Amino acid sequence: MASPRRPVANITGGTLVPLGSLGTVIDHDVLERVLGAALRSGGEFAEVYAEDKRSTSAGLDDGRVEQVSSGRDRGAGIRVVAGETTGFAHTSDLSERGLLDAAEAASAAARQGGGGERTVALTPSARRSVNTIERFPDEVPKATKVELLRRIDDAARGVGGAIVQVSAGYGDSRKRVLVANSDGALAEDEIVRCVMRVNAVADGDAGMQTGYDSLGHTIGFELFDTIDIEEFARGAAHRAITKLAARPAPSGSLPVVIKHGTGGVLFHEACGHGLEADLVGKGASVYAGKTGQLVASPLVTVVDDGTVAGEWGTLAFDDEGHPTQRNVLIEDGVLTDYMWDFLRSRKDGRAPSGNGRRESYQHLPMVRMTNTFVTDGVDDPDDIVRDTEHGVYVAKLGGGQVNTASGDFVFGMTEAYLIEDGEITEPLRESNLIGNGPQALKDIDMLGNDFAMGGPGTCGKDGQGVPVGTGQPTLRVAALTVGGTAS
Amino acid sequence: MSDPHPLLDELQSLADKVVAEATAGEQVEAYVSRGGHTDVRVYDGEIEHFVSAQAEGIGIRVIRDGRTGFAYAGTLDPDAIDEVLAEARDNVAFGTVDEWAGLAEPDGVERTAQSLWDDALAEHPTDAKIAAAKELERLTTAADPRVRVDDANYADGWGEVAVATTTGIREHGRENGCYVTVSSLADDVDETQTGFGFSVARSPGGLDLARAAGDAADRATRLLGATKPRSRRLTVVLDPYVTAQFLSIVGSTLNGESVVKGRSLFRDRLGEQVAAPVIGLVDDPTDPRAYTATDVDGEGLAARRNVLIEDGELRRFVHSSYSARRAGTVSTANATRGGFAGSPGVGCLALSLRPGTRAQAELIADIDDGLLVQEVSGLHSGVNAVSGDFSTGASGMLITNREIGAPVRELTIASTLQRMLLDVVEVGGDVDWLPMRAAGVSLVISGVMMSGT
Repeated sequence: MASPRRPVANITGGTLVPLGSLGTVIDHDVLERVLGAALRSGGEFAEVYAEDKRSTSAGLDDGRVEQVSSGRDRGAGIRVVAGETTGFAHTSDLSERGLLDAAEAASAAARQGGGGERTVALTPSARRSVNTIERFPDEVPKATKVELLRRIDDAARGVGGAIVQVSAGYGDSRKRVLVANSDGALAEDEIVRCVMRVNAVADGDAGMQTGYDSLGHTIGFELFDTIDIEEFARGAAHRAITKLAARPAPSGSLPVVIKHGTGGVLFHEACGHGLEADLVGKGASVYAGKTGQLVASPLVTVVDDGTVAGEWGTLAFDDEGHPTQRNVLIEDGVLTDYMWDFLRSRKDGRAPSGNGRRESYQHLPMVRMTNTFVTDGVDDPDDIVRDTEHGVYVAKLGGGQVNTASGDFVFGMTEAYLIEDGEITEPLRESNLIGNGPQALKDIDMLGNDFAMGGPGTCGKDGQGVPVGTGQPTLRVAALTVGGTAS
Repeated sequence: MSDPHPLLDELQSLADKVVAEATAGEQVEAYVSRGGHTDVRVYDGEIEHFVSAQAEGIGIRVIRDGRTGFAYAGTLDPDAIDEVLAEARDNVAFGTVDEWAGLAEPDGVERTAQSLWDDALAEHPTDAKIAAAKELERLTTAADPRVRVDDANYADGWGEVAVATTTGIREHGRENGCYVTVSSLADDVDETQTGFGFSVARSPGGLDLARAAGDAADRATRLLGATKPRSRRLTVVLDPYVTAQFLSIVGSTLNGESVVKGRSLFRDRLGEQVAAPVIGLVDDPTDPRAYTATDVDGEGLAARRNVLIEDGELRRFVHSSYSARRAGTVSTANATRGGFAGSPGVGCLALSLRPGTRAQAELIADIDDGLLVQEVSGLHSGVNAVSGDFSTGASGMLITNREIGAPVRELTIASTLQRMLLDVVEVGGDVDWLPMRAAGVSLVISGVMMSGT
């Protein structure tokens, strides 16, 4: 299993990442000329976001390594802001000609009134490192990566004859990023990711069941030295086998206890999206206008922190070149602040919070979460279960979805059990939980002292997916609707 | 994909050139594409953003001695293409030998010509695109005083693709389309509900702004005052938009690759009754009404009509050339492809149910206690296509004494895919060709558990 990591507020490591800088691909004076060209026909702000990414993935299914795949994505997105309008264009041509063409396209797209000469002088930000990379994945032999998949397959199948199918996927990427803007900012970063997923299928008298697990971190291949990959695989296999004997989940409103490290998605959905300043600004969030008010149980402190070493949503600079930071969103139940990107913070005359993110150079940035988590409470996790007479214990949550305007959210339970008389008893079949964000936050009546981060997530918004982390201690929500079939 | 066009010839010759480099004993497939899109977003009468973008790339598959390697790059720079081929070749060594590995081979099935390209759209002026988004915002807010607009969008896109293989596949084609979407909010005393509307067309003249605006206003306002219902088992009527999402999940259980890998809950059920007799399910990308209509699949084979379920009896799974080889059958031309960055998978391309005859209101008039499901959420988290467990967040209107009753939200509906197919009571006659891989139609299913309070 992925060793749970506690969030660390400070930035770790002083290791300067040895990277071939994108700055060697695009000269600073080229960037300055491109930014100048982008503003030639008007606009207050221009930005170049360039990336060069190499990735490897390998998939195993049905006992075979089906395919190793290599990818290369390289290009730049250019945005021009003129009044309320943003113009955006992107190109896979990083030559000065290619960049100038894209700058003109972005400028034409944003064109609103008077032009003029603008000169831009870039001041590079100090290189900032939030993660320590020991083994760059692109320097690890492909055979070593494939070997991990075989070990996962063997370990999962070794759990028992009920396991009839196993698939596993490995992925890594190394992405160099450069952001330069007409305010003179210039930031460069390198982001390394390693991820592993496993899915086991068990077959029994009542049909098939699945068990899934994933782990992912923004560190190098050394990740696999610190993790027992066989145990990771066996965990997924056990999950599938356990569910063979599962009974239908209950239907209706019940207390729900969520195991540490797996329920962060609850906060991602129940309040995270609703605290994004773009949605707040358009009045599309139930949390609009609630700063300073009690919006959650006083037990709850919610933090979004892009600096937590090694976590899936961690990055040194956001995708607009601003340093990431630790942002307390809800403190002891009181809403303290929203998350901000450049456009929204500029409009409100405040500092950005390092939450401007984008999927790739082909996308416009917007307000996004990084690693969103609830900090520790004081309860012993065992006491939380013992204190619950009749309810549901969720050991593994799946994905979720929220409507930020109404606050209604759902998320799936992929491993859950009944709690009867303070004991975890029978396994339950998969189902969704549904609740309303503000109500669920108020209904948190017990909070454990066993904080853990969860697995890697991909957060989708407006068609863009970005990597995010979540975390939380074991906790209880006094009432959520469990969407099973048993009355 | 037979449309002659000079830029397409350029893509085809790039693909041909890669394939010509294959050495003895090597199978090579090159998939080359180029595309672009325009995206205008309007908020409060102003352009919020205007995106104009192009992208291109190549994906190369190499198979040797039963091992497969793949690589891609998001550029058509000649040096990069050489690197992609070298990487794909290098990756071959790490695959497991698979006796069924191989590229598709021409099977003699004739293409059904489709008109997927519109010159008028390619030349549609920017001002008209902006005007459409602004008009959509105006129409939506004008529809109801309680309605606000989050964003109103016009978008169009085009794509050109060429594929070539050492096995003799050589196809190219291009396609364009446009759509408008609007996200709406409706406010009442202390609550806000959301809605959306859209219209999709191959040509700008085909966009129906009024329908998109009306749907957005209606979806947002109809849930105002909605409450959480009492949990109980009842009959549900799925709105066409919900049925299309349900069919996509059903389609994934009929995926030949899942079948040969033992992962489909219908793997041993060919020829058996798996659904109510009113169910006829067809996958037909040659039907020009389908949003996902195409003349070739992701491997370059001619698209074709496949009957999957007839009178409730399971007739066929969908296959790519790989899954078909393993299953001892022939490809149904259901290879799917997400672009140049991925190798082909298997999936349904354009599903539709054989429609009934009655309108939704007539279906509702048969139900004493039911739920009209107008929206679902969390399909990705609460439905397991391997076990068949089905549980999803939902909102809609109660059906009380054969009429539409009160709005309800914050509830789930649950059953299993197996049961739901058998519990279908009736298919409506109101087919709606939605922008998805499945067409919508009203669908009545009994015995579904609704969870609320």
